Amino acid sequence: MSALRLEGVSKHFGAIHALNDVSMALAPGEVVGLMGDNGAGKSTLVKIIAGNYHPTHGKIFIKERETTFHKPVEARQHGIEIVYQDLALCDNLSAAVNVFLGRELTRSIGPLKILDYSAMNAAAARLFKELRSETRPKDFVRSMSGGQRQAVAIARTRLSAADIVLMDEPTAAISVRQVAEVLNLIRELKKHGIAVILISHRMPDVFAVADRIIVLRRGTKVADKQVSTTSPQEITGLITGAIEHA
Amino acid sequence: MATSIDDAIERQTHTRLGRIVGQQAFWVFVAAMLACLALSLLTDTFATPQNLFNVTRNFAFVGIMALGMTVVIISGGIDLSVGSVLCLSAMVLAITMHAGYPLWLGCAAAIAASLVVGFINGVLIAYVRIPSFVVTLGMLSVARSAAMVLSQNKMIFQFGPDEKLLFWLGGGSTFGIAHPVIILVVLAIVTGLMLKWTRWGCHVFAIGSNEKAAVLTGIGVRRLKVSVFMFSSLMAGIAGVLEAGWLGGVTTNLGQSMELSVIAATVIGGANLMGGAGTVFGSVVGAALIEVIRNSLTLLGISTFWQGMFVGSFIVLAVAFDRIRASRDSEN
Repeated sequence: MSALRLEGVSKHFGAIHALNDVSMALAPGEVVGLMGDNGAGKSTLVKIIAGNYHPTHGKIFIKERETTFHKPVEARQHGIEIVYQDLALCDNLSAAVNVFLGRELTRSIGPLKILDYSAMNAAAARLFKELRSETRPKDFVRSMSGGQRQAVAIARTRLSAADIVLMDEPTAAISVRQVAEVLNLIRELKKHGIAVILISHRMPDVFAVADRIIVLRRGTKVADKQVSTTSPQEITGLITGAIEHA
Repeated sequence: MATSIDDAIERQTHTRLGRIVGQQAFWVFVAAMLACLALSLLTDTFATPQNLFNVTRNFAFVGIMALGMTVVIISGGIDLSVGSVLCLSAMVLAITMHAGYPLWLGCAAAIAASLVVGFINGVLIAYVRIPSFVVTLGMLSVARSAAMVLSQNKMIFQFGPDEKLLFWLGGGSTFGIAHPVIILVVLAIVTGLMLKWTRWGCHVFAIGSNEKAAVLTGIGVRRLKVSVFMFSSLMAGIAGVLEAGWLGGVTTNLGQSMELSVIAATVIGGANLMGGAGTVFGSVVGAALIEVIRNSLTLLGISTFWQGMFVGSFIVLAVAFDRIRASRDSEN
């Protein structure tokens, strides 16, 4: 059973065809690298899956059930979480509070509901341990490395028990050592049976963690290959158009 | 491997003491304490019960308003209308009581008027998306004008049957502590607890730090902003009621340019005008420090013309001190 399946999805903005008849499927625990040049339609595709855009044509299936989203919240309710490029974290709050932001744990003192910091810290510590990341729940995000910030952002998706995680350029702006950390985080998600779509320009990172690579060019899917059957050279050719189709 | 990760996650980066010492509010508190100590030694008039009573009462009004301003500034906004709201609140109270109505009704009307002002501020900022600086600058003018229209720009000094009760509320004292000071302490504790222990407080910090992130996590940012500006106006309204009781008369220039002292107190106390940082304790101490400086100049026989220079320099100094400390931290 696929975690997510798109069937003939197109998106037109007036005369511009941003996405043409794209079909793809994603199995639980599968990591798919989504590649393509700027303007190839990657972000349009991600926005459709995330519920920001409604496709002009085509269908979306989640666990083989046809679904339509009108708002990002609805996508989240269906187990789709997005880790944004700028991570959308609050620097002045602790890692644990960031993980729980918008769904804080509370406990009651009489008629009052107060934040349950110790429960949030403990739960966040469990999530970081699960992700094998040295991130301390009580530390402020301000003082954290790029890798730890990714861990916080990913822990957010774990909290909601998401089945599908979209990651937008998670390794774009961080150091080499931290890249390794982030790739490990992705492997941990995979181990937990979560399907990951990894949008990235960085060929080595995609080849390091992805099972499959999908290449978009000018709104059309031009390749959908197992990593073992392709090479960085071929993918580069597909992205630029030197190789027409694969 | 597993144990080392456990250790790494469990370890604390900052001790409790380290966190306290790392705050601007702490150093401002130390400065205020040193100033008080020096004044006690240099003059024999400072550490008298009467002077301390006056000093604490004088800063209570600015302190109460600074509580609201702290919340607004943490959320990434600014409220320039608080001085005018104080005036409007006091005027509505005065008119209601002058017309023979009881104190509780006067208070209710004054607080209601303040909350309406805060609501209008909040809606224009959150839903129409006009910057808070512009909206509250406009309201600074509008609210004071409203007080003038309501009172025909006359001074009101007769407060009907409950007059004594009002004067007791604003000007009286219990156990030797002026009532505005007691109310400041209670409100400060409540505000501090709300910021630290409620979802509301947590979200105020979140929108001040990264509003986009707050929206993405599903926090009701617009409603939150309205509540923040209503809170600020509420504090200004309460200060207005107390100030009317203390002064025993209300004129339309009450609270003029008070917003500047309030913002100064908040900033000296460590609130960041870019949003995301600030403490209730710091703002109250900031308000106290401004009053201690003012009082000390008077007691030391220095011309009051110098006050602005001292207070102004201290605003810049406190923030500069914090910047230097922050840049040294980030180098480590």
